[in-house]
Amino acid sequence: MSKILFKKQLSKDVYLMKLHAPLIAEERSAGQFIILQVDDDYGERIPLTIADANVDEGSVTIIFQVVGKSTHKLSLLNEGDNVPTLVGPLGKPTHIENFGTVVCVGGGIGVAPLHPIAQALKKAGNHVITIIGARTKELIILEDEMKSIADEFILCTDDGSYGRKALVTEPLKEICERNPKPNMVIAIGPPIMMKFCSETTRPYGVFTQVSLNTIMVDGTGMCGGCRVNVGNEVKFVCVDGPEFDGHKVDFDNMMARLNSYKEIEKELHTCYLESLIQSKESK
Amino acid sequence: MDHKTSEQLAEEAKQLIVEYISKIDDMKPKERTHIPAQEMPSQDPLERIHNLDEVALGYTVEQARIEAMRCLQCVKKTCVDDCPVKIDIPRFINHIAHSEFENAAAVIKEASLLPAICGRVCPQEVQCQQNCTVGKALKDVDKAVAIGRLERFIADWERATGKISIPEVKPETGKKVAVVGSGPAGLVVAADCKREGHHVTVFEAFHKLGGVLRYGIPEFRLPNNIIDKEIETLSAMGVEFKTNFVVGKTRKLMDLINKDGYNAVFIGTGAGLPLFMNIEGENLVGVFSANEYLTRANLMRAFEKGKADTPIYPSKNVAVLGGGNVAMDSARMAKRLGAENVYVVYRRTEVEMPARKEEVAHAKEEGIEFYFLQNAKRILGNEKGKVRAMECLRYELGEPDNSGRRRPVVISNSEFILEVDTVIVAIGNSSNPLISQTTPEINVNKWGNILVDETQKTSVDKIFAGGDIVLGAATVILAMGEGRRAAAAINKMLTEEIEKAKAALN
Ligand SMILES: Cc1cc2nc3c(=O)[nH]c(=O)nc-3n(C[C@H](O)[C@H](O)[C@H](O)COP(=O)(O)OP(=O)(O)OC[C@H]3O[C@@H](n4cnc5c(N)ncnc54)[C@H](O)[C@@H]3O)c2cc1C
Ligand code: SF4
Ligand code: FES
Repeated sequence: MSKILFKKQLSKDVYLMKLHAPLIAEERSAGQFIILQVDDDYGERIPLTIADANVDEGSVTIIFQVVGKSTHKLSLLNEGDNVPTLVGPLGKPTHIENFGTVVCVGGGIGVAPLHPIAQALKKAGNHVITIIGARTKELIILEDEMKSIADEFILCTDDGSYGRKALVTEPLKEICERNPKPNMVIAIGPPIMMKFCSETTRPYGVFTQVSLNTIMVDGTGMCGGCRVNVGNEVKFVCVDGPEFDGHKVDFDNMMARLNSYKEIEKELHTCYLESLIQSKESK
Repeated sequence: MDHKTSEQLAEEAKQLIVEYISKIDDMKPKERTHIPAQEMPSQDPLERIHNLDEVALGYTVEQARIEAMRCLQCVKKTCVDDCPVKIDIPRFINHIAHSEFENAAAVIKEASLLPAICGRVCPQEVQCQQNCTVGKALKDVDKAVAIGRLERFIADWERATGKISIPEVKPETGKKVAVVGSGPAGLVVAADCKREGHHVTVFEAFHKLGGVLRYGIPEFRLPNNIIDKEIETLSAMGVEFKTNFVVGKTRKLMDLINKDGYNAVFIGTGAGLPLFMNIEGENLVGVFSANEYLTRANLMRAFEKGKADTPIYPSKNVAVLGGGNVAMDSARMAKRLGAENVYVVYRRTEVEMPARKEEVAHAKEEGIEFYFLQNAKRILGNEKGKVRAMECLRYELGEPDNSGRRRPVVISNSEFILEVDTVIVAIGNSSNPLISQTTPEINVNKWGNILVDETQKTSVDKIFAGGDIVLGAATVILAMGEGRRAAAAINKMLTEEIEKAKAALN
């Protein structure tokens, strides 16, 4: 059980929460994630990357977007409430060293897991170029935090409502064309964005690391629900990842698998929303 | 299908028992072997495919006593020889025949800690019942004394009558034992070490306790309240449980010893890494490991649609690959979740199937279809990346292999297509790598199973291991047996430490 120490809404559907979890705060490294459940009996297991941690406070920070029933339920909890199930830190930590110049590309909510990695890379002495992007201005998160770490900072929105009007792949391509080209790219965001970032860097041969957010159940290697094709191998994201070489990941298969339950979930979510409306009306 | 209802079976037994009670102690063996073997009452197959309630309903008192009277009380107890934990079988059965159920329970508990569970899930036909004299005399293993059902009867009787006693716990020794994993191996270690007065903490990665008993074996075979009861007893003894705690991740295993002051650690983390076939199409949408499918349905309660937030894939035609208990459970669960056709595809024949016989029989009654001597070649998908069919190959049995079983050999050009939308892979598990990845000091074999000596001690002092993580995917009773052995070694080690410390003081 974990108490919610702090809650803040970052944008329309995006929330930040600090949860009391002293052991996880102590053990975690950049790149790792937790799994939580809003209900111990009937809740779904939601994997979320650890955005930050504070050992003195014994807290871990998560940032999540409301996308369905479970994340909606989570967003309804408030400071002082308890999250019944919280387990972690899971997955392998990001490998951090001084690579030289690293481009950190964050899309939408993906900026949250990117932040601690960018921070660690900066600390290790890298020249950090940050590109963050979102569909529209409201969906940009952690702008100041990312800016303060970055040696170069680029912000773009799809609709041009803020920063440069572009997809993140445009500035990424320009940077790859520089001489010398960057030593490495880290891209975290929606699967489609990670796919296109990987496609963008492939011709330049710049190693591109992506962080995959597949469907998960246990998060300890027991179910195989999180499996992806990487090169010619099948990998379990929860224990072999979550980070992989973007040039080797079969994104199309991964995206199809992410949509496995789309139809049922839509149905469930609609029922759930209807029941919410009804219960509001009856009050 | 001629399904006898439990009322019919109970009534028959009531009438029958009158005849035998008068001569209970002076029947000749011949006469005993003529006592009709008691059929296990079960839920009607047509009904039970729509619910998760237990299929086998348990003997009535009369049925149990009649079945117990079939036992010949052999001098050479082959049943005991074949029991992995050496329960004194004829002795407990004799108590049942004489209606002394409390005594029967005491006899079982001398050797086994989880009779309600083992009575339900042990593969008795290849253990205690395999060489039972009665079965031999009647030339049919199925006619052996139903030892497992009698064991279950006693455990259920104890629970129903509230006779379960909390085992006595010796005074606090001040020693601490960490148990990693709450499967049968871990639970048994917890009980045996707690009894000696040590402080015991069980660490479990999941939010619920019980290991495979909870997330793998479905309710229709092993109801959750039975696992709950065992855990309640352990809690009452003073065992501490920490769920949502992944040893190796939340805390390093060595830190439990070096920083948290545990004097011994038992690793019972189970098999839990699903194997796949490595065939084309295995990552298509609609292909699941049995572990995932069953965990969603059992642990995450996806069976209770509408209540559970965890979804389960809607299936019409399901192929299950494999022939063990896991395959049976997956097939029967798929049926209960609404699949119209469920096919078990197994590359050998029924004789070689490792599943418990009773489960196979129950699966057949429930309309599961068996495709023997066939195996998947590849899985075919549609334009959306979803399973649309499976291409299979036919096999025939060739020469015996190392295990003595005849090796299945593929028949060339025998490909055919099975129209399915879901494929559940239940071909086994390899060992969970979390501990060995994060604690490289512990020696493992090439399959990742932890290596132990005859006392279950690993290559590292104070660290013991047992159950599936040592044996590879095995059975509940073997896991339990290893747990008992490990606990005995831990208790011995800790007692010696205590005595040494005392001697040093004097
Ligand atoms: C579907 C299915 C049906 C089966 N049917 C039968 C049957 O009918 N009869 C039979 O005898 N056997 C059956 N088995 C096999 C039997 O269940 C296992 O052999 C037995 O449960 C093994 O016990 P264990 O204690 O070694 O491990 P498990 O029961 O696997 O328990 C291990 C526990 O450790 C936890 N864990 C793992 N890693 C960590 C970690 N790092 N930190 C903390 N906790 C951790 C896991 O979450 C799990 O709860 C079946 C298995 C399955 C999957
Ligand atoms: S072998 Fe069969 S008949 Fe003989 S004692 Fe054991 S259970 Fe009874
Ligand atoms: S989430 Fe189950 S194996 Fe990765």
